[in-house]
Amino acid sequence: MLTQLKDQLVAGSSEEYLQKLFDKIEHSSLNAFTTLAKDSALARAREFDRKPWQGLLAGIPIAIKECISTQGIETTCSSKILKGYVPPYDAHVVERLKAEGAIVMGKTNMDEFAMGTSTETSCFGPTRNPWDLGTVPGGSSGGSAAAVAGGEAPCALGSDTGGSVRCPASFCGIVGLKPTYGLVSRYGLIAYANSLEQIGPLTNTVEDTALLMEIIAGHDWRDTTSAEKGSYIPGLKNGIRGLKIGIPKEYFGEGVDKKVEKAIWDAISTLESLGAAWKEVSLPHTRYALAAYYVIAMSEASSNLARFDGLRYGLRKDEDQDWHTTYSEIRAEGFGPEVKRRILLGTYALSAGYYGRYYLKALKVRTLIKDDFLRAFNDVDIIAGPTMPIPAFRIGERINDPLSLYLADVFTVPINLAGVPAVSLPCGFSGRLPIGLQLIGKHFQEDLLLRAAHAFEEATPFHLKRPEAV
Amino acid sequence: METDVIIGLEIHVQLNKLNSKMFCGCSTNYHNSEPNSHTCPVCLGLPGSLPVLNKKAVEYGIRVGLALDCKIEEQTLFYRKNYYYPDLPKGFQISQYDYPLATGGHLLIKGDDGERQIRITRAHMEEDPGRLIHAGTIDKAKYTMVDYNRCGMPLLEVVTEPDLRSPKEARVFLDKLRSILEYLDVFDGNLEGSMRVDANISLAGGDRAEVKNISSHKGVEKALSYEITRQRNLKRRNIKVVQETRHFDELRNITVSIRSKEQAHDYRYYPEADLVPIRVATWVPAIKASLPELPDAKRDRFREQYGMTDDHAKALTSDIKVANFYELVAARAAPKLAAVWVANVLKGELNYRSLAVDSFKPDHMVEIVNMLDSGRIAEDAAVQIIRTILDKGGSPGQIVSDLGLTRAGDDAVLRAVREAVAESVVAVEDFRGGNERALNYVIGLVMKKTKGRADPAEVHRLVVEEVERT
Ligand SMILES: [Zn+2]
Repeated sequence: MLTQLKDQLVAGSSEEYLQKLFDKIEHSSLNAFTTLAKDSALARAREFDRKPWQGLLAGIPIAIKECISTQGIETTCSSKILKGYVPPYDAHVVERLKAEGAIVMGKTNMDEFAMGTSTETSCFGPTRNPWDLGTVPGGSSGGSAAAVAGGEAPCALGSDTGGSVRCPASFCGIVGLKPTYGLVSRYGLIAYANSLEQIGPLTNTVEDTALLMEIIAGHDWRDTTSAEKGSYIPGLKNGIRGLKIGIPKEYFGEGVDKKVEKAIWDAISTLESLGAAWKEVSLPHTRYALAAYYVIAMSEASSNLARFDGLRYGLRKDEDQDWHTTYSEIRAEGFGPEVKRRILLGTYALSAGYYGRYYLKALKVRTLIKDDFLRAFNDVDIIAGPTMPIPAFRIGERINDPLSLYLADVFTVPINLAGVPAVSLPCGFSGRLPIGLQLIGKHFQEDLLLRAAHAFEEATPFHLKRPEAV
Repeated sequence: METDVIIGLEIHVQLNKLNSKMFCGCSTNYHNSEPNSHTCPVCLGLPGSLPVLNKKAVEYGIRVGLALDCKIEEQTLFYRKNYYYPDLPKGFQISQYDYPLATGGHLLIKGDDGERQIRITRAHMEEDPGRLIHAGTIDKAKYTMVDYNRCGMPLLEVVTEPDLRSPKEARVFLDKLRSILEYLDVFDGNLEGSMRVDANISLAGGDRAEVKNISSHKGVEKALSYEITRQRNLKRRNIKVVQETRHFDELRNITVSIRSKEQAHDYRYYPEADLVPIRVATWVPAIKASLPELPDAKRDRFREQYGMTDDHAKALTSDIKVANFYELVAARAAPKLAAVWVANVLKGELNYRSLAVDSFKPDHMVEIVNMLDSGRIAEDAAVQIIRTILDKGGSPGQIVSDLGLTRAGDDAVLRAVREAVAESVVAVEDFRGGNERALNYVIGLVMKKTKGRADPAEVHRLVVEEVERT
């Protein structure tokens, strides 16, 4: 789709297209965007119309999640504590997008500091699911997913710490990839849990995701955990004849919505009909994944969010007290309840006397979970299962029940713990609401993963259906 | 020596000979610069920035570790030390914890009762915080400003076992450490705040006090002396010494207790996932091979090679610049005599004026020693020449003739010169007529008279002087 759009923009007008998007966004009830970069984006589009430039995304607008730094555009992680913070530099991925000719159209809503599954904890208010305005778009990259699904942006970037790209992709019926840890530079991504998270694309099609990965993946000297990229477009259409798919028995059964379960089995049948073979595999430590994930993520968050003190940027009080009091006041006012909950729990888990019992133990579980995947991948090429155990839920339904929200991450967090790549793509509907199929690959085998996803997409109509609500 | 005094030191050494900071590309040359002019997103801890390890800093750290006979760890491993303070923009300091760079070394010092090994527990790397500038005194300041130029400077923290027995020993240890650091060319001790010491002190059987952040060697000696008196007085009055952190007040030469909220720290150390471990074990052989001759080895060599006393050898090798100066002089003048004059006279005159050895030209010292050696000037004249050069400038030859410092009368060479000139009327006439070479006859005559013991160059000059005088 993006490739065709590029040709249309060259033939037609990038400015016109962008203006239409901005009009739509301004009349939209999705609340997908936080800040629109109207002036700079339209100016850029006009320039493009005057003298089109080359590039994989030449003239194409893109929406960027609130936690990815954009030079000159406010970047707040949807938190009051960062209100007014305008980064003086672009994240690596934003630099890369601009280098390929893309136009940053604005920033998208998210759960505050990416801590959520529903995009309800944002200081900008909740984002709505374009398929049903009364339900959540998933989270934490809910703004990016809703914008793409709702036709307000042709593509977007999100970030995925424990499912934050795949969950909203699943709830909004689009494609979302969490790359292998280290494949995409995190330079400029405001950290929530830095050992787990990756920036990933949210797009209408698998091909678009592959295209964005060609641009944003690869080594960046400013992120020493980043690695060289592979190649995603060339083999995309090679089909999946002979592909061995593992179906983890722990990803089905109790807690999984019946319609979701059926859609996934239908998807497996489709993959089989395309020449793949499947077998059951076991990921025995799955049931410890949530506990380990939340201990690690909250521990890291307690440290990563320590820098937000209002001293150099962000929220400020009228009058300063001594530094200790001022810090306390600013953090008390700036952070929302979910963020506070996670900072407190994380601080506790890292404290003397508890570190071994919680953090170190969680790291051990993490190793066991990674080993689960490595063992399973001895027999199979990719693993398939549901992205989310349920379709999108109602806004407000779970916001006061953090535990039930955490439980919804059960199939997404093991992937971040293991560092492997996984993609969510539409595979059916429960009523009006989309269902996401999750395909999980070996480390740095995004090419194979996307090839399988593409084959499935070609054989099914789900990605063609668009929401009527908007 | 006081047998019941137990002192251990933690020394923070800025590796200020490096060009860039520990985790970013900012220059380390920030002294005398505008506040906050040497900063970037990384050392300001801006959201989304990531550290990149300066490998040269690790190399410098290994150099110091090896010079202190430490064992070097297989790979680097960094931790986050979490605490809040306005000079710490990330809310944590990247430091080391388990597996520090270097462990288990020792340093030989001249203790109160002879030479003794002081054990080095460990040496680890960390980043320096920024600097707080209070408007007034720390307790009464209306506001405080923060300068982040220093933030991210590479620090090496050297920790000793409690092996020191007196304030003087602590000072001797620090002097020796500084000397080694300068030999290794990793450190310039003249820059402000380049070495800061935390001193732990207790009397046998009592609890220890930690005096933090003392910025001079003299300060350490004074703070420790004060502490010993304070703790003895408490003991005498049967009051228990409490384990606490104290601050050294340099103006009043006393230590004061710091009872503040930030004292009871739980630093919640945990591994820094943004930095991939680097295997440094393979670097060690090359670094070891490139280590320069260290003070002790140089002292032994000076004694043997130049036949000087051990006291002179020690005085000449404690500062690498003095040692290098001496060797330049000794290459062209009588080494033993040069040792006496550099170690006893020149160093004293420099110290008296708070000057470094580079304010004196080795060439001038060569000339002075040669004049002394040939008997042309007397010792008090040499002292006068050195003082004149330091105070007013000029060259030895000039000063000798300006002040008429040439030794008179019984000087054998001078007598020979006078006789030879008187006896060589024709040659002298020829020389005055413009035949330079005519002087060779006169010089040959002088050499014959002095049985070849005179320095031909010196003789040449004296002959010219004599001819011009008569
Ligand atoms: Zn910097």
